[in-house]
Amino acid sequence: MFAHEFMRHALIAGSFVGLACGLVGYFVVLRAQVFAGDALSHVAFTGALAAAVLGLNILAGLFAATILGGIIMGILGDKARADDVTIGSLFAWTLGLGVLFLTIFTTQDSAGNGTAGVRVLFGSIFGLSTTDVRNAVVLAVLAGALLLAIARPLLFASLDTAVAAAQGVPVRALGLVFLALLGLVSAQATQAVGALLLLGLLAAPAGAAHRLTTRPYLGLALSALFSVGSIWIGLTLSYVFPTLPPSSMIIAAAVGVYVLALATTAARDPSAFWLRQANGNVA
Amino acid sequence: MSRLGALAPRAKPAGAATSTAVAFDRAAARLGGRTIWSDVSLTVAEGDFVAVLGPNGAGKSTLINAILGLLPLAAGTASVLGRPPGDSKGLIGYLPQRRSFDTGTRIRGVDLVRLGLDGARWGVPLPGLPSHKRDAARVGEVIELVGAIGYARQPIGELSGGEQQRLLIAQALVRRPKLLLLDEPLDSLDLPNQAAVAALVRRICEEEYVAVLLVAHDINPILGYLDRVVYLAGGNAIEGAPQEVITSETLTRLYGAPIEVLRASDGRLVVVGQPEAPFVHGDRHG
Ligand SMILES: Nc1ncnc2c1ncn2[C@@H]1O[C@H](COP(=O)(O)OP(=O)(O)O)[C@@H](O)[C@H]1O
Ligand SMILES: [Mg+2]
Repeated sequence: MFAHEFMRHALIAGSFVGLACGLVGYFVVLRAQVFAGDALSHVAFTGALAAAVLGLNILAGLFAATILGGIIMGILGDKARADDVTIGSLFAWTLGLGVLFLTIFTTQDSAGNGTAGVRVLFGSIFGLSTTDVRNAVVLAVLAGALLLAIARPLLFASLDTAVAAAQGVPVRALGLVFLALLGLVSAQATQAVGALLLLGLLAAPAGAAHRLTTRPYLGLALSALFSVGSIWIGLTLSYVFPTLPPSSMIIAAAVGVYVLALATTAARDPSAFWLRQANGNVA
Repeated sequence: MSRLGALAPRAKPAGAATSTAVAFDRAAARLGGRTIWSDVSLTVAEGDFVAVLGPNGAGKSTLINAILGLLPLAAGTASVLGRPPGDSKGLIGYLPQRRSFDTGTRIRGVDLVRLGLDGARWGVPLPGLPSHKRDAARVGEVIELVGAIGYARQPIGELSGGEQQRLLIAQALVRRPKLLLLDEPLDSLDLPNQAAVAALVRRICEEEYVAVLLVAHDINPILGYLDRVVYLAGGNAIEGAPQEVITSETLTRLYGAPIEVLRASDGRLVVVGQPEAPFVHGDRHG
């Protein structure tokens, strides 16, 4: 399968995007911001379609919208941890706008961008050019490096906001940077798995990592590993069975990893597992 | 220095000059356009164990925030460890009010303590560095000091309130602070645990020679361990030895309303007639 250029491109870009998703996803789950990630996926959809309607670069629209969306959520939310009402409002508004753009887009003659809507919704990982791959790698490395640079104070601020603030950790600024990073990574992941399935790649590998270890930095590494692994498994499955779309196979693999992690913890200590379930555990 | 109870005089490290950990002079705090307290003057000496008492809403947490430099004073002056508030972050250990982790927090207690030491540093910890070993040793030390070795590696969300509180005290201690600010650390604990944590704080105060300001709702579990109390009420504060402050005359003057302090046969103090929520649980027998 490595003989095909489209497959090599998908594997290279997918690995790096998966890495960034796994790292950011760990904190998305830790900070209980899964809903924010979900909202951003719709922002991604709307941003890309808006760009398509306006005849601009779709990718540029995608990135601008999600990064801006993250920053806006951070600014509107309390202590840079956007609350559900803020996200919900932004989410509904954006989705409405997206539907509007989709309507305009499908009614106007758009031969050149005919598949843009579909590509945004479901991803286009098998159609990446050399430039796409290079961009994906550069941005993912940038996002990953930035996340690792802020990982420790972000962990502190996420777990223990008051003490972190008292020690001089810039809690609010970190929250904002994190949401902007989440926007950037969401935009990237949208290219790989599409806006509809983006959340799965952000939340499932990270959820599995949180299940399997209580060591934060090991969890961060596991989350990245599971995310990259899901992309490889998904791409391989889709290659072997060409009727299966890569995006849904990637998400199926990610969710599979999560279910395996659940099963492992349940088997390890059944009573503690069910007690946690009863107490409503997010991860 | 006078003290209730029969404690041996504290050993002060040789060569350590007594200096003030916290000094407020006619300080005032305003929140949301309302003056919470004003004309507050108090002094906490190095190595002192001081309780901050008062009814709910009196401004005890506000006092802690002012010491931390998170809330600028509206009037007066303050000095914390010889500097303006906010300039000694590395020398202050802080335990905020009502902090508990829900069962979903799947991070070990030891990691939380560790963040108290290195959480403000950028990057991720690299196991190869010499500082990594040193930090790990210090974390082990404080966990042993608070007696949390048995459960420090369990997820913090799955521990009891008393166990969490001990780990949080360890976290506040890990940077060898000279001043420890504990906001209602006894809040959610049962009586035996309240006494145990109070004894622990007293021991820390002596062994590590730190000044402690402990905000409490009920003075009785800590009465035997204290050096001084700061009593906040009615927008004012009185500071002194417990038996000077917690008297009918002093509290009546502070509240501007008749207050009676009774001493139960077992030595507990009961304050009667407070306009707001009572700080002593009068219905307890122990
Ligand atoms: N951010 C705020 N804005 C306005 N008022 C506040 C704020 N925070 C606290 N307060 C008020 O300040 C008073 C003192 O609060 P606090 O210091 O928390 O009291 P305590 O810790 O003694 O119970 C309370 O009446 C509270 O309602
Ligand atoms: Mg308070």
